[in-house]
Amino acid sequence: MIELRNLTKTFGHRLVLRGLNATIHEGDFVTLMGANGVGKTTLIHLIATLSKPSGGHIFINGYNLANSPSELRRFIGLVSHKTLLYDDLTADQNLRFYARMYDVAEATQRIETLLNQVGLLGRQHDPVRTYSRGMQQRLAIARAMLHNPPILLLDEPDTGLDQQATQRLSNLLMAVGATQRTILMTTHNLDWGVEMGSRLLILAKGKIVYDVQRQDVTVSEVQKQYEAFGAS
Amino acid sequence: MIGNFRSYLRKILAIVGKDVATEIRTKEMMSAMFVFSLLIIFIFNFTFDLRAENVRTLAPGVLWVAIAFAGMLGLSRSFILERDKGVLDGLLLAPVDRSAIYFGKMLGNVLFISSVEIVILPVFVILFNQSLASLPKLSGVVLLGTIGLAGVGTLFSAMAVHTRAREVLLPIMLFPVIVPVILAAVRLTAAILDQNPLGEVSHWLTLLVAFDVIFIATSFMLFEFVVEE
Repeated sequence: MIELRNLTKTFGHRLVLRGLNATIHEGDFVTLMGANGVGKTTLIHLIATLSKPSGGHIFINGYNLANSPSELRRFIGLVSHKTLLYDDLTADQNLRFYARMYDVAEATQRIETLLNQVGLLGRQHDPVRTYSRGMQQRLAIARAMLHNPPILLLDEPDTGLDQQATQRLSNLLMAVGATQRTILMTTHNLDWGVEMGSRLLILAKGKIVYDVQRQDVTVSEVQKQYEAFGAS
Repeated sequence: MIGNFRSYLRKILAIVGKDVATEIRTKEMMSAMFVFSLLIIFIFNFTFDLRAENVRTLAPGVLWVAIAFAGMLGLSRSFILERDKGVLDGLLLAPVDRSAIYFGKMLGNVLFISSVEIVILPVFVILFNQSLASLPKLSGVVLLGTIGLAGVGTLFSAMAVHTRAREVLLPIMLFPVIVPVILAAVRLTAAILDQNPLGEVSHWLTLLVAFDVIFIATSFMLFEFVVEE
């Protein structure tokens, strides 16, 4: 579970997040939407401990992230539009490196399972730079899942993917989401975001301005809200 | 406690291993460092008048110019890999104190610079007509100097990598700071080449070790703030 309490973040004089409050429950697949520069990536970075909040608190499974960030990072996996992979290393070398960084037990077996799951078994000894964008993104998901984190943060994972690759990514995320994992995903692709999420949030003016369960709304209603908050 | 320390060490070694694996695959950094350092030694060898009385004065400086400039080439590329595709975020997400990233990158830099030194030291000794017997002591001083260079250079490399003018910025920041290390290393090298007992220049040895410790301790404390957004 992720709890965000009065979260603020400033860059110089620019206030990006203004006392943001939200609770994301275990097993939620939350899609976070909003205009460019509204603070979606900033929020993901704060939860992932890549950045520190200017004010407020983040609690992961009840523990304050500010008090023990190193330990709590073990609960978090991050997939962003950047793959966080070393281009010159093979998929196998990349995953082995991250397995060592996360103290993954029985790494060889875990890597094989994940490569199989993301459809890259057989290409694991090729350098990552020889992969297509879609393949790299699938490998990035395998990297993020390596230590089996209960929380998965996805920052615009569909960036640069064609329709077929996005569909494959959807199937993969559905499979991942079906394991009671808490997922927070940002995207600019409204239709895809609505399709994927079990709960939909819109971020505007530094706060969550719209929070609804997927089954309670239609896509057109979300579209209206999205446009109303200047996010179209 | 011991388990945590082992885990910390494993992560440092994982970073070193990853950097070595990448370099073995690309050979970008090492080849540039090798060629550049050898060129410096050859050019100085050809351009200076190397009579016996000049060699003792010039040779230590030539050696450390070659090491410092080749080291600078390596250090400037140290965090390039991490900058590409935002891989530094991948390291920062790992459940380990961020100082492990610093030590991993620093040890990798020491390893790369030392590999270059293993080749250029014998070349230097031969071209500047020095005794091969001086090599063991010389290697010790060179290692201490390299630790100082990589210790603070790794921190500055992490600072410079996010700037557009990083190739220019890194030497401008680094060279003034490492003056004490270079100065002490040159004096010690001169003493070794002159076959003077190290006891006569122990103050330079103390200074070199002290700056190594200060640079590493300061970088260890500051690294987290440098890599944070």
